[in-house]
Amino acid sequence: MKLLKLTAVLLSVTWLSACNTLGGSKDPDAAIGDTDVVVEDRNADSSGISGENPSGLDIDDGAEAQVIVGDEQYQGGDILDDPNSPLSNRVVYFEYDKSTVREEDLITLEAHAAYLGENPNATIRLIGHTDERGSREYNLALGERRALAIRQILMLQGASVKQFQVTSFGEERTDVEGHDESAWQQNRRVELNYVGR
Amino acid sequence: MTKRWLASFWLLAIMLPWQAQALIIEITGGTEAALPIAIVPFGSEGFSAPEDISAVIQNDLSRSGRFAPLPKVDLISEPHEKSEINFKDWRLLRSEGLLVGKVSSLDGETYQVQFQLFDVYKGQQLVGKRYQVPASGLRRLAHQIADQVYQALTGDVGVFSTRLAFVSVVNNADGSKRYTLQVSDSDGANPRTVLQSKQPILSPSWASDGERLAYVSFENGKAEVFVQEMRSGRRNSVAAFKGLNSAPAWSPDGKKLALTLSKAGNPEIYVLELASGKLSRVTHNSQAIDTEAVWMPNSRELLFTSDRGGRPQIYKVSVDGGRAKRITFEGRYNASPDISSDGRTLTMVHGLDGKFYIAVQDLDTGAVLVLTETGRDESPSFAPNGRMILYATEKKGHGELAAVSVDGRIHQRLGESGRDVREPAWSPIRK
Repeated sequence: MKLLKLTAVLLSVTWLSACNTLGGSKDPDAAIGDTDVVVEDRNADSSGISGENPSGLDIDDGAEAQVIVGDEQYQGGDILDDPNSPLSNRVVYFEYDKSTVREEDLITLEAHAAYLGENPNATIRLIGHTDERGSREYNLALGERRALAIRQILMLQGASVKQFQVTSFGEERTDVEGHDESAWQQNRRVELNYVGR
Repeated sequence: MTKRWLASFWLLAIMLPWQAQALIIEITGGTEAALPIAIVPFGSEGFSAPEDISAVIQNDLSRSGRFAPLPKVDLISEPHEKSEINFKDWRLLRSEGLLVGKVSSLDGETYQVQFQLFDVYKGQQLVGKRYQVPASGLRRLAHQIADQVYQALTGDVGVFSTRLAFVSVVNNADGSKRYTLQVSDSDGANPRTVLQSKQPILSPSWASDGERLAYVSFENGKAEVFVQEMRSGRRNSVAAFKGLNSAPAWSPDGKKLALTLSKAGNPEIYVLELASGKLSRVTHNSQAIDTEAVWMPNSRELLFTSDRGGRPQIYKVSVDGGRAKRITFEGRYNASPDISSDGRTLTMVHGLDGKFYIAVQDLDTGAVLVLTETGRDESPSFAPNGRMILYATEKKGHGELAAVSVDGRIHQRLGESGRDVREPAWSPIRK
């Protein structure tokens, strides 16, 4: 927890210096016997952890830009559809049994946080996944922790808790079939799916 | 979006016997210390039986790894009852046990079955019974006879008439998957589907009455816990809170479920009283994953997996909450606990150098024994007599089930072609 607090401070001062500790609740020192709950967790009912909505992994199927009437940010030429924007990156990868965000993903997350901050009506579904190794039930929890780590970073950067739905599929929805490290590293991920897109 | 998704998803919660391909059981090692036993093919009168009872019994005993049935050609005669046995001759075969019996039917619908097990050296009957069953009950009766032979000769309770629950997964041509929760006999025969879904199914858990299964289903887009009655197929969602709803485990009296819920923001262990819906929280560790609870046979304590120390390890806690005590110390990864029915042996997934094995730990001494070798083993489930552990493993990219004895000597493979099989749970002994 100390690490998270420190992270928050560092984030507000200098972005890159914080990269190694972001979202790092896996660290033993941060994990033991801490009662200082992350703020949004006190209101779990409004925290948007998972949703009434089904996972909808087919959200990005079709790939056509969908215009939503009444929300100017989604009109044509939307930055979400710009392949050169860091917003086009919708998957964040993790080390084995870790929920710590890697340095190279911080630019992506900064962009998503800024977008969510500027578009308070936008909602994002964070879907956590793990590789196939070890306990399925533990992996289900680990996938959720990864998704919550991403949410934590996005919220520290200005997104609001109401903009999130968090789901975990653990090891049940691998992206790549295979039983080696190259498959595993692509399966340890959180997908960022804008709802209604 | 919701509607489209729901329409694309389907479910079957009915019993479909004989629908699926049977698991094939193969003993892959450890029979050298097996007891010889002479099993004489049962005599037959009237209508012939649709099941070869003595063959089912022989398969059961042989599969356990603790018996070595004599080859048929070595049997010196084919007695079917005591008056036909010359014990002096049978003693030459060095087989302590001799099983004989007969099956008769006047109408092809109801069968009379009798068996007798003898101690060849003493010339005494150890157990003998007569039954009347419908044709459809013959296979189950054969497993029950095998249980009695096993118990008479080893002193341990037989588990051949128990069942296995497991999840199988088929890849459809369109890239989607079909998940099936199945129940088979303990020999893998007679698999029937109890639930089908396009979304993942996980963690089946048997109630102690053997009549209900709890499991996790993603049919509503996230992990939720259901309870299903085996006979009627009737099912209820029992936990569908925000966040994870997973890892159900029945209390020994069948009235409560331990669950993992993250509705308060973090995965914690809860106990749900099914009749009242009353939920009580057991663990309070806001930074750690706490999951995979199982009940100790004393009903007062739970074992569970937690990474509160930085890595997944097994802990014990009172069902009323309070301080959890770590009980695994060997290795950096210990998860998926199950406990033997006498409460003395823990089995778990034991991680070593990025590989995962099934191990047992003696809860009195703390001694750990690694039982398996492939390194891709998970989901251990004790047989109700505590002698064998059923688990999931992987071979050539396919999930399959295997079993190992608690001493690591006897290995069995439950192979099934063409599909991934996983998440096994061994049923309790039927009352």
